Amino acid sequence: MGKSLYEKVWEAHAIRTLPNGQTQLFIDTHLIHEVTSPQAFGMLKDLGLKVRFPERTFATVDHIVPTHSLLEPFADPQADEMIRKLRENVREHGITFFDVTSGLQGIVHVIGPEQGITQPGMTIACGDSHTSTHGAFGAIAFGIGTTQVRDVLATQTLAMGKLKVRRINVEGKLRPGVYAKDVILHIIKVLGVNGGIGYAYEYGGSVLEGFSMEERMTVCNMSIEGGARCGYVNPDQTTFDYLKGRPYVPKGAEWDAAVERWKALASDPDAHYDDVVNIKAEDIAPTATWGINPGQGCAITDRVPDPALYPEAERPGLLEALAHMKLRPGQPIKGVKVEVAFLGSCTNGRISDFREVAKYLKGRKVAPGVRAIAVPGSQVVARQCEEEGIAEIFREAGFEWRGAGCSMCLAMNPDKLIGDELCASSSNRNFKGRQGSATGRTVLMSPVMVAAAAVTGEISDAREVFGVGELVGA
Amino acid sequence: MALERIQQVTGRAVHVPGNDIDTDRITPARYLKVVTFDGLGEALFHDERFNPDGSEKPHPLNDPRFKGASIMLVGANFGCGSSREHSPQAIYRAGFRALIGESFAEIFFGNSTALSMPCVSASKADIEALAAAVEENPALEVTVDVERLEVRYADKTFKVKLPESARKALVEGRWDPIADLLEAGELLEQASARLPKAVKS
Repeated sequence: MGKSLYEKVWEAHAIRTLPNGQTQLFIDTHLIHEVTSPQAFGMLKDLGLKVRFPERTFATVDHIVPTHSLLEPFADPQADEMIRKLRENVREHGITFFDVTSGLQGIVHVIGPEQGITQPGMTIACGDSHTSTHGAFGAIAFGIGTTQVRDVLATQTLAMGKLKVRRINVEGKLRPGVYAKDVILHIIKVLGVNGGIGYAYEYGGSVLEGFSMEERMTVCNMSIEGGARCGYVNPDQTTFDYLKGRPYVPKGAEWDAAVERWKALASDPDAHYDDVVNIKAEDIAPTATWGINPGQGCAITDRVPDPALYPEAERPGLLEALAHMKLRPGQPIKGVKVEVAFLGSCTNGRISDFREVAKYLKGRKVAPGVRAIAVPGSQVVARQCEEEGIAEIFREAGFEWRGAGCSMCLAMNPDKLIGDELCASSSNRNFKGRQGSATGRTVLMSPVMVAAAAVTGEISDAREVFGVGELVGA
Repeated sequence: MALERIQQVTGRAVHVPGNDIDTDRITPARYLKVVTFDGLGEALFHDERFNPDGSEKPHPLNDPRFKGASIMLVGANFGCGSSREHSPQAIYRAGFRALIGESFAEIFFGNSTALSMPCVSASKADIEALAAAVEENPALEVTVDVERLEVRYADKTFKVKLPESARKALVEGRWDPIADLLEAGELLEQASARLPKAVKS
């Protein structure tokens, strides 16, 4: 029987078996940011240890950076202390840092692929759960805690247990107006927010094969929202075409050799999977969440659940979600009033996201009373948007066009919901309080649906608002 | 490095009900704007426990009957979402030494184990029975026996689950893996020499 990519990468990186039975796994690439690394450097210092392979760690600053002004010191003294601490740590240990002045700064999961630091067959770790994003390249990439950040800094290894592998096939043809975001929200809804515990997700099938790298990243990004610590797509020509010529990938003859090596990493046709799930592309609708976890979503044409129609055991959770969201049992999700529209994040803050939205936003205006914010995932994306006239389309429409960062996805910078504002968001989490206000409400959806909500002032079907699908002939 | 062997945890318990309690709820992101973990105990479930004006909301952790509890009873998929170690750090620093839940999110579980805080899994029925007993008698002494994988209280005992690697790490005092990882020595350089690396070219 053949092997999956996960198994091949695992075997290549397993150094030895630890006394407790776990495997000591080598991590090729370590990404760090300002939030989960300072304590790790502190622990390293306390132990009298150094960074073992500084050339294998790359740093950026993303969570706390203000997106309206990069003037330092930052207005928030805590944020300012964090960026200064990171600078101090990377300088002391000789780590490459994509600082705000580099022109390359951005969300860690946007810049890794952008720079070609993310490559097929690598093990990649970062103190951030959305590290699963990098799996789009056929890397085994996962989030770790701060103590583990210390472990990687000190040894470039982690103590890990091997995961099971679930193959998720999405076959068929997506209907017009259905995006990668809808695909992953649908998968999470079907398998549950804890369905992936103990698994790596391997995404495949005709839909994933046809996806661009950025669409694959959107899918892999939210693997963790389904409980899977990592998710990946087998590398193919799309992967190689995306990577070719990027700053950190091999060049010339070394490039050709790398491509041959990467091709051999893809799962064998007769690979063993611990589970296989088949999803029909035609069953996936433009999706919006109605609750307080990413699995609580429905088709835009649907109604939010009526707890009375559900088994008693499920009712408290449903009632809690509806109470927080201030939604009535059974009401249509379409038409719910929106106060904020947020476009950005490591899920949907890439150039293709802004290009797609710009096609429909051109000549439209954000509805009165809606605060609409567009936050490019990196400074590179921001520049591309300026050069292509995309930023101007957003500004013309009434969006606030901001600098690169995580921004309102988790609201560690000044971009926050106020009170119980409801936000149509292209991000990844609709948890209570996620966007900076304990009573704030988040509705997750694709970028084009966020734009539809922004221009109508309510949760809307982008197919009706923009004629999505008709225009692209998808 | 001699670490404490976590064979069992004994103390009073508190039930924090609900499934899919995410790490944003356990430690809201604004409490992550720190460069050390000191003082994080105060952040624990902050927005679930306090109104914006600082007044208390009804929450098990605000209930004086459960003050001083060191064992937390939780539902399914506890600790899902963000990888922030700030969450188990806050739980630990608030005085907790073990969690009993239906299931735990993976990153949270690993972060907790590395802090010497076992997260054992039990059936919903066993947890609810224990929660009812604690509600009846908040002073009830509860023991999480990591070595024997059982929970004991009053005259009751129920079985719990814990992956063998975590059980071993806790019981043998190897829950912080750094010493074991460093022992690889030269194997690390050998691995780095043969494995791919992103290099600017």
